[in-house]
Amino acid sequence: MELSTMLPVVWFFIIGFAIMMYVLLDGFVLGIGILTPFADDEAQQELMMNTAAPIWDGNETWLVMGGAGLMAAFPRAYATILSSLYLPILAMLIALIFRGVAFEFRFRAHTSRRIWGVAFHLGSVVAAFAQGLMLGAIVEGMPLEGGKYLHGTFAWFSPFSVLTGMALVFGYGLLGATWLVLKTEGRPQRIARDLTRPLMLAVIAFMLMVSAWLPFLDSRLMDRWLAWPNFLYLSPLPILTIVVAAWLWRAVLANREVAPFVLALGFFALGFLGLVAGMWPNIVPPTMSIWDAASPPSSQGFVLVGAVIMIPVVLFYTAYSYRVFRGKVRAGEGYH
Amino acid sequence: MTAEFLSRIQFGFVMSFHILFPAFTIGLASWLVFLEALWLRRRSEMLRDLYFFWLKVFAGSFGLGVVSGIVMSFQFGTNWAGLSTVAGNVLGPLLNYEVMTAFFLEATFLGVMLFGWNRVSHRTHFIATCMVALGTLISSFWILSANSWMQTPQGYTVVNGVIQASDWWAAIFNPSFPTRLVHMVLACFLSTALVIGGVSAWYLLRGVWQDKARLMLRCALVFVAIVIPLQIIVGDISGQVVREYQPAKLAAIEARWTTERNVPLTLFAWPDDKAEKNDYAVDVPHLGSLILTHSWSGEVKGLKDFPAQDRPPVAAPFFSFRIMVGLGLLMLALSALGLLLWWRRRLFDSRWYLRCWMAMMPAGFIALLTGWYTAEIGRQPWVVYGVLHTVDAASAVSASSVLTSLIVYFVTYMTLFGFGSWYLLKVLRAGPDTAPVRVGFGATAARPLAVVDDGGEE
Repeated sequence: MELSTMLPVVWFFIIGFAIMMYVLLDGFVLGIGILTPFADDEAQQELMMNTAAPIWDGNETWLVMGGAGLMAAFPRAYATILSSLYLPILAMLIALIFRGVAFEFRFRAHTSRRIWGVAFHLGSVVAAFAQGLMLGAIVEGMPLEGGKYLHGTFAWFSPFSVLTGMALVFGYGLLGATWLVLKTEGRPQRIARDLTRPLMLAVIAFMLMVSAWLPFLDSRLMDRWLAWPNFLYLSPLPILTIVVAAWLWRAVLANREVAPFVLALGFFALGFLGLVAGMWPNIVPPTMSIWDAASPPSSQGFVLVGAVIMIPVVLFYTAYSYRVFRGKVRAGEGYH
Repeated sequence: MTAEFLSRIQFGFVMSFHILFPAFTIGLASWLVFLEALWLRRRSEMLRDLYFFWLKVFAGSFGLGVVSGIVMSFQFGTNWAGLSTVAGNVLGPLLNYEVMTAFFLEATFLGVMLFGWNRVSHRTHFIATCMVALGTLISSFWILSANSWMQTPQGYTVVNGVIQASDWWAAIFNPSFPTRLVHMVLACFLSTALVIGGVSAWYLLRGVWQDKARLMLRCALVFVAIVIPLQIIVGDISGQVVREYQPAKLAAIEARWTTERNVPLTLFAWPDDKAEKNDYAVDVPHLGSLILTHSWSGEVKGLKDFPAQDRPPVAAPFFSFRIMVGLGLLMLALSALGLLLWWRRRLFDSRWYLRCWMAMMPAGFIALLTGWYTAEIGRQPWVVYGVLHTVDAASAVSASSVLTSLIVYFVTYMTLFGFGSWYLLKVLRAGPDTAPVRVGFGATAARPLAVVDDGGEE
């Protein structure tokens, strides 16, 4: 096979991996922010934030990896998607700014402490919703004409993208709740446990709605999912999702500590795969394929060398830092 | 106003805001490596206190750098889709290497550096500090390479109007990259040293933290005294590169309209773009040729040699360059004076001199910003020099969208800057208290440091 045929496929998976890492890892941190209003008091909120304080920064870097990877490997897709989603990206970036600085500012603040608690919560909710909105808009398809989004400034706004936006807020909330079950004990863990069950039901409901809607978005997706033999090839995805959901449900009912978080990550990854599977081989559905958008082999090959070496190294020291900060986070063992 | 014009204002604004924080953290990270290495060797309490004090400053600055940096990585797509489409094949890989080799390294080890004191050995903690510092330097390597490639592109071919890399080595190590990288890193170090010295001078004037302030002021003074002459030499070499590869930029910086030999140095003037001449010029004969060409009568190209549509604006690079150089000379004077006072044993009790250090605290950052304005406005109307005009680089978004984002960024950044400066001031005012150790999670009684409270909190 030609390099120019093969490399875009490899890069589709690398960028998919980076975005999935972002969704999973920053997902649970944003989830913490989504759930902070359920804390009894400021001290519990602080404890919830502390569970992520040493690692949130590395988690968020996967978003930059996804963005820079897209620019390197599919510059036309990068240019098209980002300029078409101008306003939701703005909303997401501003939300992430407030969420991020809240980590540092909240602990420095005295009288303004409450403001940064609110900024952390609202930043997390808005960032999650904007990300879900964009994911929905991309999956739904962005008709292009001369590289410009055909339907104008607000074309990303549709019932489907609003649904995926809401789904992501609840999904991140589930990740956050299971993370808190893992990292806390006593009253905060109790709160997280109580939240896990309704969140799970909500996420399953959203997933059913999105799955039911997906094939009817356009005939292309209908073919992808329901035509024979695609139906057969893709069937492990929904089956596995159901199995993981059932397992997660049992783990939650059994009050397990580690399993719910791991299973929630798996559940989420499968949902993400399900959304993205319909896109292949397009990177900007319905018309721009990965080969249309690809940078030449001189660029994709050059970065691939770095990615093959560096991504395992990054994963290795990321795992190391999680190991350093393993175990329960207790009240009073705060930041500074 | 067009979307392109608004996008340029937005880029200038978000970039100016962003650059201050990485510049400060590049300098602070290396300073923290120095302090912790010294602490590991001498185990003096004072050094550990200083380490944790500057670590607090570092944490805040790093956080602002990260969140404003994410904005930058999206700007190229949201506002500069034309640039991404035409030059993404080269710029994308360079930025991606920056993420993979620097951003993850910094972000991950920052966690260990800030929260790991009670969880890892001192040696491992020191390695984490080194990794963060290394990350900041690797990051400047790639970003300066990408920016320099836009100034002096090399190692590429143009296929159907799109740039493709043909020789990565040539593209990365493009002609202006080595000098610009050194110039920038030294600028970051100098800016940080001026803040460290300024804070020390403030403590000495207030009569607090005397021992620590003396140590820091000596470090800052020695550092500035060694580095500022180097920086002036590197700046001069950088000027030679500009003369060779971007003659129109040099002409704008010096406000030279006609190509001449025996060029004077224009200290001050009011450049008039329309009349193509300078008003109220104060010239020093021959000095221009001497500095720019290193010969008494060397030839310097004038702006009239370039078609009007390919000329940069003159006033902005002309003045911003003069501010940068002026501040550089002030830094030279500050350090020379300091050495003299030190020799006379009057360094710590010359109050007027300590006030000079306080006044010079923002000088490094102002020089850094004006240096960037010189470089970036001076290369106009090109975004990729000689290949792509800035006008053709903008996204096809509506002007109202860009105006919205510009206002939102402005309000957001001003809010952050306000709160950030306030918290920074609180930390600095509290000073390097004894053992302000950041308490890590799961700290055990076996490591008694963990119970020490933070003196910096109100």
